[in-house]
Amino acid sequence: MSAAAEIAFDHVTKRYAGRDAAAVDDLALEIPAGELCVLVGPSGGGKTTALKMVNRLIPFDSGEIRIDGRSIYDLPLIELRRGIGYVIQQIGLFPHMTVGENIGTVPRLLGWPKQKISARTVELLELVGLEAADAKRYPAQLSGGQRQRVGLARALAADPPLLLMDEPFGALDPITRFRLQTELLRLHREVGKTVIFVTHDIDEAIQMGDRIAILRQGGVLAQYDTPDAILAHPADDFVKQFIGEDRALRRLALRTLEHIPLETAVEAAPGARLSKHTSVRNAVSQMLETNEEQIVVVDDDGSELGIFRLAATGALL
Amino acid sequence: MSGRLADGPVIPNFGHGDPCVTGDHTFCWSWVKAHWGDTLQPALIQHVELTAIAIGIGFVLAFTLALVAHRYRRAEQPIGVLSALLYTIPSLALFQILVPFTGITRTTVEVALVAYTLVILFPNIVAGLRSAPDDVLEAAHGMGLTRRQVLTRVELPLAVPAIIGGLRIAIVSTIAIATIAAFLLPQGLGYPIFNAVKLPTPFKTEIYSAGVLAIALALACDAALVGVKRALVPWSRRTA
Repeated sequence: MSAAAEIAFDHVTKRYAGRDAAAVDDLALEIPAGELCVLVGPSGGGKTTALKMVNRLIPFDSGEIRIDGRSIYDLPLIELRRGIGYVIQQIGLFPHMTVGENIGTVPRLLGWPKQKISARTVELLELVGLEAADAKRYPAQLSGGQRQRVGLARALAADPPLLLMDEPFGALDPITRFRLQTELLRLHREVGKTVIFVTHDIDEAIQMGDRIAILRQGGVLAQYDTPDAILAHPADDFVKQFIGEDRALRRLALRTLEHIPLETAVEAAPGARLSKHTSVRNAVSQMLETNEEQIVVVDDDGSELGIFRLAATGALL
Repeated sequence: MSGRLADGPVIPNFGHGDPCVTGDHTFCWSWVKAHWGDTLQPALIQHVELTAIAIGIGFVLAFTLALVAHRYRRAEQPIGVLSALLYTIPSLALFQILVPFTGITRTTVEVALVAYTLVILFPNIVAGLRSAPDDVLEAAHGMGLTRRQVLTRVELPLAVPAIIGGLRIAIVSTIAIATIAAFLLPQGLGYPIFNAVKLPTPFKTEIYSAGVLAIALALACDAALVGVKRALVPWSRRTA
C-alpha cells in the first residue's frame, strides 16, 4: 500500500478560447490524503475540465494545483502522469493488447522486471474481481463491466497515490454500475488512495464521496463538504435544487442502524428484527410499510442491540 | 524480340509441328511445356522482381510520407493530391514521359509502378494511423506514454489491418499494371502477351498461359497477405 497524496486546487481558473464564461472559475479546494472526493454538477460545470487539469491533459490559465504540496508543473509531464491512475468512461483499453498487457502498460514503461509485472497483474485481476486466466483475453472478448474492471486495474497497476476517475461507471447498466460502485468503495478502503471522481449523478456522488464538491455553470464551486453536511445544510438554492427535495431521506440513507442512538431493548420487544447494517432509510421505509411504530436492531450473531422508534427519526436530522 | 519473329512468321517459337500449335487451338499444353523454361518462367520471375521492387520502394516511401502527414496534418492534403494526380496519368503515357529522363530501362518502369503504389498505400497508411479511437489515445496520453510511445505502441499496431489492406490492393494492381511494362521492356508476363498479340494471328496459348500466371501470382500474393494479417492481428478476432 503506497501513501496517498494530498491534492490542492489553489484558485484555478480556465477559460476556453472564444467563450465568455469560464470553464473553471477560481476553484479552490483541498482534498485530504486518502479521501474519495466527488466532483459533481450539471454539464457545463467544469468538473471534467477540473479533473483533466490535474494530469495536465488540459492546461489552465491561472492558479496552481499541488500534489503533496508540489506544483504539478514542477514535475516532468510524463513522470507526473505515470504517477496518477487515470480511468475514463469510455475506458480506452488498448484493443490490440491482452488484458494482462493492458494492465502492465505503466509498469513496463517504468521498467519493472517481467516477473514483478506478471505477479502484479495477477494480484490486480483478483483485486478487481477478475480471474488470472482473463489476463490472456483481448478487450473485445469482455463485457462492458469486465472492461471497466480492467480499466481500473490498469490505473492501479503502478500503485499511484492518486486516482482520477472521469464518470467511470457512466456507460454501464444500473446493476453493473451498482456492483462496481460498491467494489470501488471496498477497494478504496483497502488501498487507501486519494481519488477524484467525476459524475453528473448526485446519487452516485452521495454514495461514493467522503466529500462532495458541487460545481455549477461556469465552473463555480457551489459547496464543498461531506455528503451529510451538504444534505443537512445546502449552501444555497442551487445546491438545494441539485440534491433534490428528498434530502432528509437521503441523509437517512447515509447512516446504518449501528451508528444511531437506540433505546434499550426490553425482553421480547415487539417489532421486526433488522440487521444493524440496514440503513436508517430502509428501516423507516419498512416501518411505514408494515405500519409498525418500532423495529428491533440485531447484531450479526442475532443478539438484540436495541430498539429504534419511528418517532425518533426526526431527532436524527 | 525481332529474332523470334524472324524464326517463325506466324507461330512464336515455331520449330516443331505440333498440330495444336500450328492450328492455334484454344490452349496447347505442349507449347506451355516446351516453352516454360525459355519463355514463361523467366517472364514470371521478372514479373515478381518488377512487382517486389515497386512494392518495396513504394511502401517505404508511402510509410515515410504517411508518418509526416500524421505528424504534420497540413502535409496530408498536398501529398494526397499530388499522388492522386499521378494516378490519373495513363501508365503508357507515363512511360513515354519518363523515357527522356530515364531511358528504356527498368528504372522507367519502376518509377511508374512506384508512383501508382504510392497512391494506394499512402492514404491507407494515413487512415490506419488515424484509426486509433479517441478514448484509447486519451487513455494512452493520460497514462504517461510519450508521443513516440503512443505512435509505436498504440497507433502503429492499430494501423496494421489498414496497412495490410492497402498492401493487398497495391500488390494486386501492381501485378496487373506491370504487364504493361512489356510495352517498353522485354520483361515480365506482359512480354509473352505482347509478342503473341503482335502476330498477324494472335497466338492464344501464349496469351492465356501468361495471363493465367499473372492472375495466379496476384491471388497467391493476396492469400499470403491475408495469412500475414491473421498472424499479426490476433486481437481483431472476436471469440468471446
